[in-house]
Amino acid sequence: MTITSSAGSDITPQAQLVTIVVDGVAIQIPKGTLVIRAAELLGIEIPRFCDHPLLEPVAACRMCLVDIEGVPKPQPACAQVVSDGMQVRTQLTSPIARDAQEGVMEFLLLNHPLDCPVCDKGGECPLQNQAMSAGRPESRFEGEKRTFPKPINVSAQILLDRERCVSCARCTRFAEQIAGDPMLELLERGVRQQVGTAADQPFDSYFSGNTVQICPVGALTSAAYRFRSRPFDLVSVPTTCEHCASGCSLRTDHRRGTVTRRLAWDEPAVNEEWNCDKGRFAFTYQELGRVETPLIREDGQLRVASWPEALDFAARGLAAASSHGVLVGGRSTIEDAYAYARFARVALKTDNIDFRVRDSSDEEAQFLRSSVAGTAVRTTYETLEKAPVVVLIAFEPEDESPIVFLRLRKAARGGTRIYSVGAAATRGLAKMRGTLIPAKPGAEAAVLAELAEHVRVDLSTPGAVIMVGERIAGVEGGATAVLELARATGAALTWVPRRAGERGALDAGALAGLLPGGRPLTDDSARGAVAAAWGVDSLPATVGLAGTALLTAARDGAIGALITAGVELADLPDQILGRTAIEAVGFVVALENHHSAVTELADVVFPVAVVTEKSGTFINWEGRPRPFAQAFKDALVMSDAVVLGMLASAMNIVVGASDVAGIRRELGALGAWPGPRAEQPSSPAGQVVQGAYLVATWRELIDSGVMQEGEPYLAATAHAVAATVSVTTAGALGNPELVTVTGPLGSVTVSLQIGDVVDGVVCLPLNSPGCALYRDLGVRSGQAVTIEGAV
Amino acid sequence: MAELPQAVRGFGVTFATMFKKVVTEQYPEQAAKFPPKPRYHGRHQLNRWADGLEKCIGCELCAWACPADAIFVQGADNKEGDRHSPGERYGRVYQINYLRCIFCGLCIEACPTRALTMTNEFELADNNRADLIYEKQDLLTPLLPGMLAPPHEMVPGTTDTDYYANKITGSVPEQVVAADAERVIP
Repeated sequence: MTITSSAGSDITPQAQLVTIVVDGVAIQIPKGTLVIRAAELLGIEIPRFCDHPLLEPVAACRMCLVDIEGVPKPQPACAQVVSDGMQVRTQLTSPIARDAQEGVMEFLLLNHPLDCPVCDKGGECPLQNQAMSAGRPESRFEGEKRTFPKPINVSAQILLDRERCVSCARCTRFAEQIAGDPMLELLERGVRQQVGTAADQPFDSYFSGNTVQICPVGALTSAAYRFRSRPFDLVSVPTTCEHCASGCSLRTDHRRGTVTRRLAWDEPAVNEEWNCDKGRFAFTYQELGRVETPLIREDGQLRVASWPEALDFAARGLAAASSHGVLVGGRSTIEDAYAYARFARVALKTDNIDFRVRDSSDEEAQFLRSSVAGTAVRTTYETLEKAPVVVLIAFEPEDESPIVFLRLRKAARGGTRIYSVGAAATRGLAKMRGTLIPAKPGAEAAVLAELAEHVRVDLSTPGAVIMVGERIAGVEGGATAVLELARATGAALTWVPRRAGERGALDAGALAGLLPGGRPLTDDSARGAVAAAWGVDSLPATVGLAGTALLTAARDGAIGALITAGVELADLPDQILGRTAIEAVGFVVALENHHSAVTELADVVFPVAVVTEKSGTFINWEGRPRPFAQAFKDALVMSDAVVLGMLASAMNIVVGASDVAGIRRELGALGAWPGPRAEQPSSPAGQVVQGAYLVATWRELIDSGVMQEGEPYLAATAHAVAATVSVTTAGALGNPELVTVTGPLGSVTVSLQIGDVVDGVVCLPLNSPGCALYRDLGVRSGQAVTIEGAV
Repeated sequence: MAELPQAVRGFGVTFATMFKKVVTEQYPEQAAKFPPKPRYHGRHQLNRWADGLEKCIGCELCAWACPADAIFVQGADNKEGDRHSPGERYGRVYQINYLRCIFCGLCIEACPTRALTMTNEFELADNNRADLIYEKQDLLTPLLPGMLAPPHEMVPGTTDTDYYANKITGSVPEQVVAADAERVIP
């Protein structure tokens, strides 16, 4: 754990080497290394609690005391920097160090309740383990132990048992140094010392679950995992998070066919050792409302059907239709998305395919085809960390890609300047010490065209990065302006989608006009190569329908049959269009794992696997493949690709491999496209909508998303739903406590909050409890609403 | 005396034995006459505190100690109005699979609250597998006089520490009243 993760930070090959001797073994090590790391490199384990390679040293627990020659008293190895010729003796060779450590352990256990049988940490507890390895068998303490009421909630999710705490300050340092949410603090002194929060401010950090994981005792536990199991019950599987495009490595622990918890796993290049609370706690959805058997519609009602019957029914329905469409959703693995891309072109002979079941535009599609699809990994987390300047456009990393946020915050602490083009200086931007470049929603393109000279100069420095979020699709001329800015300044441009499967679907060619590896459909040689690889004579040569055009065509009856996969109609800005489109299609085949609005309308429903039941690969925003294995080895649910393969067989069409290994081989053989790319978009900058109040909105990390269902403790840590406006706007409204925001479809009443927002703009969460803008108001970012004070 | 034929001499053993004391224990006719030794490792039981609360805290140490993987435990939180044991945690699910159990007793040694002990009951035979997985209700001791069936609160004014120090002598009227009130009001 420690050696790998510190390799990038405190050991650099250029550093000057010094020689130190630990337990009689000499080692050459870069100057500035901590003694505890030097010992680790030699394989000598010094007991520790407060030391964590990603947190600044604090020497709070005193457990790592070692004997250093020439120093009168034992010194903490976690805070002692090596110097040339240093002679260190650890507990293995020095009775002084051993005695010091045993003494510290005795002190640490004085007030520890020793309630290991009821403690969630029992069985994987550094205190338990090190009390055995570095403690004395007997305590000399005969007094009464200090007690606290236990446990107390520091947030709805995180429980604190102060009796167990050894005051190592890992949680408080994490909150302050990594997450930037310094709501946890060490309070009181001496024996009363305890971790705590302010009375009116719970530890509602998006990253709070990490404190549970790094707590070296059982002081911090989570409500979700409380008393669920013991570590020895669990089968652990390395997985990749399916929630956003950050691509975190996770460890999924399961017991008897149920996931009990998920932990952040060590991946120095991606998530370091952290993850967000959504990735950690939001997995209960996997078991809720599952489609369990194939269903077919008979006399207007869905009924259970056998696989052969449903496959035959679907095959006949698809064959009977003269025009087809495929909506892939944004949650599929690259293997599944590839299977859809191939199935559409080979079996359905159509190019009407789109993975963007959300706000989208033709300009965005052009941008993705020309500049993102199938491109090599260029901008990475490491690039971000070293970048002198990062400009964020239509992107709120804390909500939309939290690990990008953590890395940007780390970068900002190291001196990276961060700018955000948007309507509000958010909490996340403040934590990154970023500067807001104010732009009314819809005016981003115009603002980018007239960017201040100093920002342009900044962006021209080598290593500068422009990060653009998926919300750029809702900005007319936005993608064009971003490409122009990147061209003019030479800064690296990277697109950060919100969903885990979007980049993979793009690389797999699950978008009209695009074939796998970034091949433009309109390029004859690219199309010919893919047709040859897929064993067909030809592929559709004209760019099909995508996005709103596809839905509109469906609504107008121009699409005879539609395949949907992981489609949540509530994600579409125009929900009426979405619903009427699906209703108007003659034959709908849904490959879904959960019952939803789409399965209600479908003619055939096939159950497909969730991430724990299949293996696959997500491509994260960097373009980095994040493969994962099947967690439940004996799961009988099939992946989308396998079901599509069976469907093709039922249609008497050969589509190639449908297992993960086979699809990976096909994708690998195709590779990335070296030839000319699709044309870049050139749309004029859009006009700002006229209206007293414009909406700026995005999805908060913890909101009403369907993949957060069944986890009440997580939901309770969501940020309060509020309309945020500037002081001036609030004054114009008369500073009411509650406001009613009204759009074309209706209104919501939420509390009013004052923030650093552009005048005349109201910031609202897109899909939070009691405030779902698409459904309740019928507005998207940049559209006008009316606001009134409510009573 | 002349040598008897071998065949007849063999019967001598038979006839002599007829007059010896019988050592065979007649089971099941005389089962009560020959009880197992007090330290015999028989079927387990889950004990209660004097007021009826369960001693099991769902810590799974028994399951951890079990060399035959015969025990399955799942803990849960004692919530307000749903208390099964003193302290924070109780065993929501407790199963012992007697098809696997080897009666070694490591589980009862591991139990930190003496919740799990072994009885002398050895008549563990059945005609199907499912019935040999004993659930919590099969393993819990019956309620003795003075005990009140959980869930109910701890004896007013006491803490879990008082229970572990064996200071509880039985349920008190307040517990009965509170528990009844909870059960009556839907």
